[in-house]
Amino acid sequence: MTEPAEIHTRPKIVGARIKRTEDPRLLTGLGGYVDDKQVPRLLHVAFRRSDHSHARIRAIDCAAARAAPGVVAVFTADDMQSLVKPLRATSRMAGYHATPILPLASGKVRYVGEPVVGVIAESRYLAEDALELIAIDFEPLPVVVDPEEAARPGAPLLHEEAGTNVLIAREFKRGDVDAAIEAAPVRVKGRFRMRRKTAVAIEPRAYLAEHEAGRDAITLHSATQIPGIVRDALAEALDMPGHRLRVVAPDVGGGFGGKGSLYPEEIFVCAAARALARPVKWTSDRMEDLAATSQAFDEIVDAELGLDKEGRALGLRADVIGDVGAYSIYPWTAGLEPVQVVSFLPGPYRIQHYRGRVRAVATSKAPTGPYRGVGRPISTFVMERLMDMAASRIGIDPREIRARNFVRPEEFPYKTGSGIVWDRSGFSECLTAACDKLGYDDLRAKQAKARAAGRWFGIGIASYAELTGIGSRISVAPGMPINTGTETATIRIDSTGAVTASFGIASHGQGLETTLAQVVAEHLGARIEDIRIVQGDSSAVAGSTGTYASRSAVLAGGAATLAAQAVSEKVLVVASHLLEAAAGDLIAGNGRISVAGTDRSVAFREVARAVYSEMGRLPPELRDELAATKTYDPVFGTTTSATHIATLEIDPQTYEVRIGRFVVAEDCGRLINPLIVDGQVHGGVAQGIGAALYEEVVYDDQGQIHTASLVDYVVPSAAEIPPMDVVHLETESPTTLGGFRGMGEGGTIGAPAAVANAIADALSPLGIEINELPITPERLFRLIGAAQAKV
Amino acid sequence: MSKPRSIKLTVNGTAYEHTVEPRLLLADFLRNTLGLTGTHVGCEHGVCGACTVLVGGDSVRACLMFAVQADGCSIETVEGLGSIAQLNPLQEAFREHHALQCGFCTPGMLMTATDMIRKYPLATDDEIREGLSGNLCRCTGYEHIVQAIRAVVARNAGKVR
Ligand code: FES
Ligand code: FES
Repeated sequence: MTEPAEIHTRPKIVGARIKRTEDPRLLTGLGGYVDDKQVPRLLHVAFRRSDHSHARIRAIDCAAARAAPGVVAVFTADDMQSLVKPLRATSRMAGYHATPILPLASGKVRYVGEPVVGVIAESRYLAEDALELIAIDFEPLPVVVDPEEAARPGAPLLHEEAGTNVLIAREFKRGDVDAAIEAAPVRVKGRFRMRRKTAVAIEPRAYLAEHEAGRDAITLHSATQIPGIVRDALAEALDMPGHRLRVVAPDVGGGFGGKGSLYPEEIFVCAAARALARPVKWTSDRMEDLAATSQAFDEIVDAELGLDKEGRALGLRADVIGDVGAYSIYPWTAGLEPVQVVSFLPGPYRIQHYRGRVRAVATSKAPTGPYRGVGRPISTFVMERLMDMAASRIGIDPREIRARNFVRPEEFPYKTGSGIVWDRSGFSECLTAACDKLGYDDLRAKQAKARAAGRWFGIGIASYAELTGIGSRISVAPGMPINTGTETATIRIDSTGAVTASFGIASHGQGLETTLAQVVAEHLGARIEDIRIVQGDSSAVAGSTGTYASRSAVLAGGAATLAAQAVSEKVLVVASHLLEAAAGDLIAGNGRISVAGTDRSVAFREVARAVYSEMGRLPPELRDELAATKTYDPVFGTTTSATHIATLEIDPQTYEVRIGRFVVAEDCGRLINPLIVDGQVHGGVAQGIGAALYEEVVYDDQGQIHTASLVDYVVPSAAEIPPMDVVHLETESPTTLGGFRGMGEGGTIGAPAAVANAIADALSPLGIEINELPITPERLFRLIGAAQAKV
Repeated sequence: MSKPRSIKLTVNGTAYEHTVEPRLLLADFLRNTLGLTGTHVGCEHGVCGACTVLVGGDSVRACLMFAVQADGCSIETVEGLGSIAQLNPLQEAFREHHALQCGFCTPGMLMTATDMIRKYPLATDDEIREGLSGNLCRCTGYEHIVQAIRAVVARNAGKVR
């Protein structure tokens, strides 16, 4: 039980380590995830997926499958044509090519795992039995696997109508970078490679569509992060008004971006439920998830940094190729990740001259989409490696080179060479705090001893900055026809005095039911246990998108603040009448409104009764519904920054990397709930460590996926993840309402670079650079072997 | 497909008798036949541990076992641990230490932890981490889970003493 005293003393609700309201149901097996929903007359889907990377579909024979036991219907793209209109992730970016998004592959398949035929049966077992009876005549086409080859003129095309595999090409620049680098006394460069990852939420994607025949309406229960976007997309694809479409994201078992896009299977279950007038469910199995959920972090970066003799950066240039897979994902587009890489490459540093060029290249692999950190894990990896390479070239400590290059406190707001504007955030403060926490200088001394004893012990630093809580002036990927810059909250006190606060965001592990209740409780004076947070439901507010891009605490928290303040004003007007006191003398807290300095008070419940039920207690003009809807737009956004430091040792026999300590110092503004913030950092770091050491989606040169099970795609377990220390700084309140900064992704942004730098540091006696992640024992073995052969 | 077979088993102390297809997974039986949806399925190939239940007191992956193999067995699932009104000490520790985020891995984590705590001293955090290495959590980074289990172990040790 939560200590009432701790919750109820104002204004400590925001900032308190409050236990989560969602926990009791989740701990007792009473959560309600999509696949838990038991619905009468439910039908189950199994998909026959492409086993070709790139092939033309000559013919599909479904006759035997249609006749199989328990099968109710079988759909191909042709059968879907009259039911669904194709969607496209449009964008105003020049030279961008959108690709059609359809429920089933039409004409061609473009990656292994692409859904081709949907079988609907009375049970999943029977649907899967029937899959084997489908005969598809494929005509193999040249595979498009290597993104550099795919970008060349004359390469086989995945989307003929685009006329190229380069779906987007962009360039950001400032100053004369070539001259700056030519003139620089110190130059470091490299070709960096981050290998493809995938999100692996432990709950696989699942969709259940219920059709209400009486009014031709559909409710889609979806394991999604973006119910609002999915609802709007379905309205277009199915040509239905929004009030006949509702998308509900109930308890969702993690997302990390993998559930942050619209999927073909979502469209499919809705179209099928409508055609059959029966509820239809598809739950992904893990193999389908690994082959057909959006993937990410697949970039090649050629980068060069020029510095003066003291290690101050003068110019940075980079060419980036993003391997974006087969389709431009809805709604983010194929530009989402690669463009962010060049946007964020200059990092938290003062660099006058910059040029970043990027091409997003289609290949016959699963589409890429958002994954925790989006682009910034790669940009941070590259920039932080370059910083360490430069430090070692000049002969200064990695800590020192960062301190010399950070944007200084007096320089904020600072515009980077790519056009991003950093507002005041604790760049240097985070570095100092992380070093202090770790005992940096002592560790360097310890390292010298370890090195003298021949051990491979390393320390790696990574500093970065990110934009979070982005408002309407800056969107997550430019030119998209969706609004990612605002959030809306409706707060209503009903006739029993209970508070319902409704949002468009969709919590999938972040504990937003708790943190938003904290914000509402604080501004309304209600008790947390009297507040219900409605989220993850497209019908909760008129328009919304969902939860992604570290935005929900900032945007929904801001909307909650505004709406709670507006409702509070109404409550106080009524209470002032009931208590015969001036509104200015009233204090709301702990579910009551009291007259300051007296023992006179009235409960929310009595206020609500006076307004709604008890005729005659209030003059008619005061009987105004105790409700308000407010939308918050931070307009720009806010800068979150952090420094991560990892220490590790490499086993000279097995090349296993053991991380000893991991310290994060971050400036995420005012904390709503420190317990939840720590949890977000820990989880993010674990994924970053996975990206650095273990996780890789492997396609062979025929475009076949070799990591279609969790045996082959290695997600780190408790045995691989080290204990972590997290230090929170709050340098200066940012301009966002409430002073919050977003922090859901940061852990994944800093950790890969910190681990890469620590490994390079451990192996510096051998002169090994770490330019490719994940750095598996096999890659280490090769690198070390090659270096030792040279010696 | 071979013929359905009749099985008898107890789940969380309640006796059940059902006729099932031999290929029905224990996980599907618990979730769909009995409606005990607290046991989750995260991979269906024995890696993630989300489906962990106790069969005869030992942790087992319900996605790797057929319902017919559980004939005559006594099974414990997350629903048998504690209730919303009265969480058991392990569940309470998970809440206290924020050892769950999305909650999807949580039932499996709780069952594995229950098994570990009953059987092993868990003297060090490394032992706890080793014991949890068959259960994947993508949200928490494990730190708070280890802390929660450590707290229960410490509490039990206090009681014994
Ligand atoms: S579902 Fe059984 S181990 Fe993953
Ligand atoms: S809490 Fe989400 S997977 Fe563990």
